[in-house]
Amino acid sequence: MERHFQHELESIKTTLIKMGSVVEENFDFAIQSVLEHNNSLAQHVIDTDSRVNSLEIEIDNSIIDLLALQQPVASDLRFIIAAQKINNDLERIGDHAVNIAESALTLLKYGKLESLLEIPKMSTVTKLMLRHALDSFILLDPNMARSVLETDDQIDELNRTMINEVIELLKSEKRSVEIGLELIRISRNLERVADMTTNIAEEVIFHTQARVVKHHAEEK
Amino acid sequence: MIETLQKPSSAFVSHEMNIKLEAKNVNAFFGKTQALRNISLSIEKNHVVAIIGPSGCGKSTFLRCLNRMHEVAGGTMNGTILLDGKDIHENDPVNLRRRVGMVFQKANPFPTMSIFDNVAAGLRFNGMAHNGHLAETVERSLQQAALWNEVKDSLSKSGMSISGGQQQRLCIARALAVNPEVLLMDEPASALDPISTAKIEELIYELKKDYTIVIVTHNMQQAARVSDETAFFYIGELIEFDNTKKIFTAPSIKQTEDYVTGRFG
Repeated sequence: MERHFQHELESIKTTLIKMGSVVEENFDFAIQSVLEHNNSLAQHVIDTDSRVNSLEIEIDNSIIDLLALQQPVASDLRFIIAAQKINNDLERIGDHAVNIAESALTLLKYGKLESLLEIPKMSTVTKLMLRHALDSFILLDPNMARSVLETDDQIDELNRTMINEVIELLKSEKRSVEIGLELIRISRNLERVADMTTNIAEEVIFHTQARVVKHHAEEK
Repeated sequence: MIETLQKPSSAFVSHEMNIKLEAKNVNAFFGKTQALRNISLSIEKNHVVAIIGPSGCGKSTFLRCLNRMHEVAGGTMNGTILLDGKDIHENDPVNLRRRVGMVFQKANPFPTMSIFDNVAAGLRFNGMAHNGHLAETVERSLQQAALWNEVKDSLSKSGMSISGGQQQRLCIARALAVNPEVLLMDEPASALDPISTAKIEELIYELKKDYTIVIVTHNMQQAARVSDETAFFYIGELIEFDNTKKIFTAPSIKQTEDYVTGRFG
């Protein structure tokens, strides 16, 4: 016997996947706008964030209705709790993409920079983390989700390196303070996006395996 | 004194053309005791309306007014109930009850009849069994009640030989056989296990494509799961009637909020 409630769960998942693809595209565009000094891509990210916000509200409402009317339990309950958190994480990633795009617009004033330091490397790793986190949610693959968790340390390390490099750059007075601050801002936003993708991966593990892995809870 | 709220939200008042059943200022009595006070509400075609409220609030009495079963129980009523815009008291009660079928709390198949005859009973009683399509109608009704696959090889067995959940679906099939327009359900799943309850709830969801359904339930979660609109009754009065999502997420009246959150009743 299939309950119509299952269709409502599927519908939430479909809308989340749609939101994930919009956010992933915006994040890619934000990174490209920095790496390729592309004004129009940056503006596109800023302009389309409202779509992400609308999807967040749509999913929130569906989740409230489902919780109030259907009283989900067991894996259904874990899915709905995970979906609510993933919804919030995706919306935040959308906001970080906007922050990166705004930094790209600021940096454009200074022409093409000789080096973006660790940003290209951080971008590549973070993009892959987001892709794997979203795929693990679509495929309900906890192993893929765990691979995302393992990657987060790399980003933290790159972010620390980046800050030191910017400090050195500013000390040498080769660059204006504004450029240094924007580079740190981009790095910080990439690091936060990596954290959000880690959150998504943790929720996938919670949904699929009923395990809480955040804050290293499994090791305690 | 509780202020009676008679009007649902404008979201469904605007669908006046689709109103299947309408109660206007209905009062019901058992002797001198007043069981319902000035109830007015409209039920849309192909919608499921749940009636909730604590014991003795009048929800079953209201349901029984809708097909004049209240009179059978020795009660009286005043006010108006319209079915497709026509006063049900201008209708022959037998014909009215064919159009407005009822399923009771306790499954009540006719004990001496087979499964087949239980479904056919209403057709025979209403003089509808002579059209040569009896077997076809019985099969269709059992399929609509999601019971056909489970009983198709044992139609000649007693209606009492199947499980409680199956008996309740048999009673739904019996009600459907006479081709009603409205189904009234009085606690149809209260005596059933969770799997049978889920089957009845899925059935209600399927049946609303063809029927208008009014369900009385003590189980608020069930009301939330199955209905489009919910009416909250308290001590014979209609306190709030609104979209079920609204009632269970942000009711307008504090008494409704207190009841659905389990703070009283």
